[in-house]
Parts: sequence; C-alpha cells; structure tokens
Amino acid sequence: MADCGEANGPERKNEIVRAKNEEKELTKEEKQRLRKEKKQQKKQKEKKDDKGSSEKSGREKTLDPLSASQVLSTQSPTQKVPASAPIPVPPSGAPSHSSGAPSHSSSGAPSPADKPAKSKAELKAERRARQEADRASKQQGSSSSSKTKAPASDLNPVVKRLPEHVQVDDPAVVKRLAKKLERQQIPLRSDYGYKVSLFSHLHQYSRKAPLTQLLSIPSSVIHPSIVRLGLQYSQGIVTGSNARSVALLHAFKQVIMDYSTPPNEELSRDLVNKLKPYISFLNQCRPLSASMGNAIKYIKKEISNIPSQYKEEEAKTKLLECIDKYIDEKVVLAAKAISKYAIEKISDGDVILVYGCSSLVNHILCEAFDKNRKFRVIVVDSRPRLEGREALRRLVQIGISCTYVLISALSYVLPEVSKVFLGAHALLANGYVMSRVGTSQIALVARAFNVPVLVCCETYKFCERVQTDSFVSNELDDPDELMVTRKGKTQLEDWHDLSTLGLLNLVYDVTPPDFVDLVITDLGMIPCTSVPVVLRVKNVDQ
Amino acid sequence: MDEDELVEYFRTQMRQDPEVPSAVAAIRTLLEFLKRDQSETILGLRENLTRTIGRLGEADSSVAVSSGGELFLRFISLTSLEHPDLSQCKKVMVERGELFLKKISLSRSKVAKFCHTFIKDGAKILTHSSSRVVLKVLESAAADKKRFTVYVTESQPDSAGQKMADKLRKLNIPVTVVLDAAVGYIMEKVDLVIVGAEGVVESGGIINKIGTYQLAVCSKAHNKPFYVVAESFKFVRLYPLNQQDVPDRFKYKADTLKAVEDLAEEHPMIDYTPPSLITLLFTDLGVLTPSAVSDELIKLYL
Repeated sequence: MADCGEANGPERKNEIVRAKNEEKELTKEEKQRLRKEKKQQKKQKEKKDDKGSSEKSGREKTLDPLSASQVLSTQSPTQKVPASAPIPVPPSGAPSHSSGAPSHSSSGAPSPADKPAKSKAELKAERRARQEADRASKQQGSSSSSKTKAPASDLNPVVKRLPEHVQVDDPAVVKRLAKKLERQQIPLRSDYGYKVSLFSHLHQYSRKAPLTQLLSIPSSVIHPSIVRLGLQYSQGIVTGSNARSVALLHAFKQVIMDYSTPPNEELSRDLVNKLKPYISFLNQCRPLSASMGNAIKYIKKEISNIPSQYKEEEAKTKLLECIDKYIDEKVVLAAKAISKYAIEKISDGDVILVYGCSSLVNHILCEAFDKNRKFRVIVVDSRPRLEGREALRRLVQIGISCTYVLISALSYVLPEVSKVFLGAHALLANGYVMSRVGTSQIALVARAFNVPVLVCCETYKFCERVQTDSFVSNELDDPDELMVTRKGKTQLEDWHDLSTLGLLNLVYDVTPPDFVDLVITDLGMIPCTSVPVVLRVKNVDQ
Repeated sequence: MDEDELVEYFRTQMRQDPEVPSAVAAIRTLLEFLKRDQSETILGLRENLTRTIGRLGEADSSVAVSSGGELFLRFISLTSLEHPDLSQCKKVMVERGELFLKKISLSRSKVAKFCHTFIKDGAKILTHSSSRVVLKVLESAAADKKRFTVYVTESQPDSAGQKMADKLRKLNIPVTVVLDAAVGYIMEKVDLVIVGAEGVVESGGIINKIGTYQLAVCSKAHNKPFYVVAESFKFVRLYPLNQQDVPDRFKYKADTLKAVEDLAEEHPMIDYTPPSLITLLFTDLGVLTPSAVSDELIKLYL
C-alpha cells in the first residue's frame, strides 16, 4: 500500500482532493482499484459502502510520509470545518489494516476508529450511520493504541496484532512519529547524548529538559492534571509500576470530571479521541509501562461501551465508578490476595532477600510481620537509582530487622538467605519476567546457590509481548545520572567531549523462567511457565 | 453419620479391596456421608463435608486422600445448584458424586494404556517401592507380549519393594530387588525409570515415597528418562519450594503425628521431586509434561 501510494503520490493526491471537493467524482474503476488494494492489506473486511471505503482509503493513501505534508494543509481546512472533532486528521495507515507493514503505523498510532466523516450535508449523515456501525464493531477489538499491547480484536481472532517496537534509528518511523505529534500539537522530545550502538533503537532523554518546558502555559491541548503527571513521570517523582498506573487512572478521573461533550458529538467516541493526545504526551514524557497499557486499554473499552442513551452526567459517574473499581480490584484487593498466599511461604526463622523497592513485596513483608512471623530481611540496592533505601526506610519503620547491601556484595550474602522475593514490572507471554535492571542478576546467582526465587505480580501486569532478551524493548534513562560527585570532583563531567565514550543507564531487564521457582499472583501460585495459560483464561473471561 | 463410623467405613473399604486407591475409598466414604447427611442448608453441608475430609486426612495421612476429597467437593459443586429444594440439590450432588467415582475407578487402566507403549521390547526398568499403578502398567506391557526386566528398590523402612517383587514374580516378569543405596550403581544398566506418585503438586513435581528424589537426581545425571504414572485425582494444590516446604501432615504417618511431640526425631515417609527432574507424567488426562500439570490444575480449579 505504501509503495503504490508513493509511486503515484502526486496524481492520486490531486485526484482525491478534487474528489473530495466534488464528492461523487471518483469513477467506478478508481473505486474498485482502491478497494482491491485495500483488500489485499486487510484479511477480513467488514461491510462498507463503496464511497465510504474509497474515501477513507484515498485519505489514507494521501497521508504517506512523502506527500503527507502537502496534503495536510489542504485537508485540514476542510476537516476543521465541522469543528467538533478535536483530532481532525485520521491516522496514517490504520494499524489493523496494515498488519503486514508494522512500520506504517508509528508507535502508538491511534486506532482507525476515530476517522470522522467530513462531507456535504446529506451524505454526511448516511456515511456517518454506516461508519458508526463499522466503528462500533472495530472499537470492541482494536481499542488499544499503545505499542506495548496486542489487542485480540474481534475482527481478526486468528491474526493477533503484536505490539509495536520502538525504532528510533529508523528515520521513516521517526518522521511519522513527528508528524503524528505535530498533528496532536504535542512537542517532540529530542534525544540527548551519545547512545550505545546496541540500544540506538531506543529513546534517550535528559531529565533536565522535561517536555513541559516546551509547552505553552496554559496548555490548550493537554489537560493540566496530565501535564502535572507527565512532569512527575519524567522527573522520577512517581516511580514504580503500581504507582504510575494508579496516578494515571486518577488523572484520567480528573479529565473525565472536567470533560463536557461538544455539541453533535457522542461521549463514547469523543472522549476516546480526547485521550489520545494525552497518552502520546505521557509516552513522550516517559515510555508507558505494561500495566499502564492494560489500564488504558480497559478505560478505552469502558468508554466505548457507554450506551448512547446515557446522559452525560450518568455516563461520567459510571466511568468514574469503573475506574475506582478497577483500581480497587486489580491493585488493592490483588495485593491482599497475594499477601495471603505469600505469607504461607514465609516461615519462622527465614532470611528473605529483596531487591530495590517493590510496593507489593513491601506490602507482603509488612503483612507477614503483622501476623507475627519471625524473619529478617536483606535489602539489595544498586546505583544510580538507589531505590532500596526507600524499601529499607519502610521496613525499618514497622520494626523488621534489615540488612542493607549493594548488589556487588550479592554472592557474599546469599549463603545465609533462605528465600528471594522479587517484584515485577510485567510478566511476558513466554514466561519471562521483566523487572528493574539487576533482577535477572539476582535470580541467576540465587539459582546457583539453590535459593528459591519467588516473583510477586498482579495479573493486570501480564502482557502479551514476547521477549527473550533485554535489548529488543527497554528504556534508557538519563546518562548524566551515572556521573557521581565526590569531594567536589565530578568524574565523567565532560563525557560528551569524548567521542568514543558512551554512558548506558538501563532501566529494565528480562529474567528467564528457569530461574524463577514460583510466581504468586492474585489467582494463586503458578509456575512461571503457566503465564500464557492465565492470559488465555483471562481473555476468555473478557 | 458421626466421625468414628466414617473412619470405620473408610477402613473397611480399604481392607475389603486392597487394590482400591485410598482416594477412591475416601470418596466412597464421602458419598456415603453425603447420602446420610442431615444438614438443612448447602453451606452446612459443605462445612460438614470439609470437616469430614479433614477427619479422614487425620485417619490416613496420604496426600491422595486430601486431594481426592478436595476434588470431589469441587466436582459436585461445580455447577450452580439452582434448585431451591435442598433434597433436590442433594440428589443432584449424589448423582454427580457417583459419576465422579465411576470415572476415577477407570483411571488406572487409562493410565496403563498410555504408558505401556513407552516400554520397548528388551527394556530394563527401574522402579521404586510398591505402586499399584506401576504394577498395572507393567501388567499391560506384559500382556502385550513385551519382554522386559524390572529392578525394584527395597524401599526401607517398610520393605515395600519386596512386596512389589512378589507381585511381579506372580506375573512371570523377571525381577531383581536392589538396595536403596545401590541406585547409583544400577543406573547405568537401566533404560528407563518409572515411579508412581502419592500426589502431584502444582509445579508439576511429585510427592512420593522417600528415596524417589535421589532416584530422580541419579537418572538425570545419567540422562535416563524419568516417568511418573499417576491418576488425575492425585493433583493437589500444594506448591513446595523444597523438601522442607512439604507440610508435616503428609510427611509422617497419621499415628506418628498424634503420638510423637518432637518430629525432628522421626523419619519422614515421603519426599518431593521437583519438576525439572521429571521427563513425562502419564495421567488419565493424557501424557503431560510437568509444566502442563499447572495448566490442567488451572482448568480444574479456576
């Protein structure tokens, strides 16, 4: 689709611009040709009327990166006329259509379902009705927009859409991303510093240049609570998988409360469109985590399932309730269930090793202590984040006897450890555990010492992604964090001047399931290899 | 039906038919209890049943009794019992209980059917202690006109291995009894190892007579396949991390638990074999890898 589009770009553009202005001028052959090309892309087609599909495919073609900039200017005025849709331009290459060309949709491309019908009066209503039917069925399936999720769409139950991977070293992808952000009026964050070649496909941002500095105040496009959230993410004020998801959901609650449906729009469609630039913005501030992705998927599904006869106030209260229920069930109650199972595994006299600061593991240990289990804890920490200090503070506060070591002393303390408790950022579909960098190190050495490794993870962090190494998809933090100032001297101060020196500050790593003995989830205790079973059961439930 | 009658009924079942698995006897007892139960509400009935299972567990501390009981409870209350009338409900439960019992009585032959094809002509098999399922497997292999020899470990402290050897001799299968300590010595001669299981845990590992773990470690070191044969009602919702993590109520005989205060002096009767050492499990649900056991358990329980 991309190739043939580029080949006859200018002519097609003219044809279609003319067609749009004159409405019914697309000849039968043209329509058929377009339809055929589109059919080649999609595996399954819903019933679409000719005009609607050819219009749409025409529009999609014109949004190729090469011709996009020119067409944009001609398209935007015609599309801004109806005035109601906040995101006027449909995305380049609807993701579910171009499953064969994953680079076509940039990371986080919004779902195709939000293309508004723009045309003259009578046909508008007709086409609207038809597209509404399409959109409704499509939105059930393809409601995700994040690169970290694979929605099992109702359209193609066989072909699962795999999540997009970040591809910063591919200029076409970068351009597309830039175009998309421009459309959504979000500033593009530029990469900082020299990137180690193995990780050159990932973004590397500087903490000293948060995205919010590039925004105007007051920002008309982004809701203020989202701006605040983005700043909190990028500066590292809100960290940790659970904390980030819960903060996200609270910010979305605020957005929903302040939302009012524009005239001639439906809440279920318009609100989802409103959320898309927020999600892109947050993604720019700090890449979304798997748990956040699942939360967003849930919210979008809930919003699009609001029946149209609900009044605005009713709909908003219902949505707020749904969000509260989600937080309650998936985070709070799950933590209680997990503690219940985990406490069975803690016996008197145990020496438990924990790494970094996992809210769930801390919760479990506090509960176990309240239930009068006698144990002591060894907290392992690592630079540059030194999150273990926070965990240490929380545990010592309630009276657990703790030891604090850095990760380099791991093999020294392990002989006296009886169990290792680890938290997880996400559990991948092939049983691998994605967690803070250093976790796989701990699991490896614990296995060598025959110490059981227990991973605690709620089911909402289970992710359909498959990864066997830590390179493919990761996050690079600010490399300047690795500089350390001692006695007034900062080593590595001028690392930028050395062209052969790169600083690498990885955030996540991936642990194979052979190193993990047990995964404790709110569904019970399962072996690491059973994660796909749980995913399957969950999908069936939903 | 009070608790002593129950235990007596259970013991009679076991005595009358020495071939019956203890779980089946337990389930028959529970079914009998269900028929005679006088409670007025479903909740009361469930509580009584749970208490009975606990009581039976005290009488006979094998893992199979506990797992069989739990599965029975699960099976009969699987669908929502919507009849407002309690006696109707009970009738439905009793019917389902009978169905469950019938299914599991056939499980041993199903397992034998799956497993005996893995025994090739001229094979040398090593087994541990006395297991009726393994006996059934070897019986069907012999009936299939296969020639093989069997080594049985003596399995102290109760010399169960000798009983197994006698039963095998009656079937005209050449058998040798070896010392428990000779497992490493004999491993290079054997082609495969088949053992039964008292319980199959969630991780895919097994709980079996003491000595199974070192048999598994040896066979792994020699790269010999280690097969486990077990019926599906032995799947239990435990997840031991190591030997110590197995609950005490399974490790020792019921009388020992009651009589002795300091369990550190007593010798445990069972041990835990982790799933990494097991090649395949033969159950009436099919031939499973250890990781598939969790899949089956999730299907059964969730």
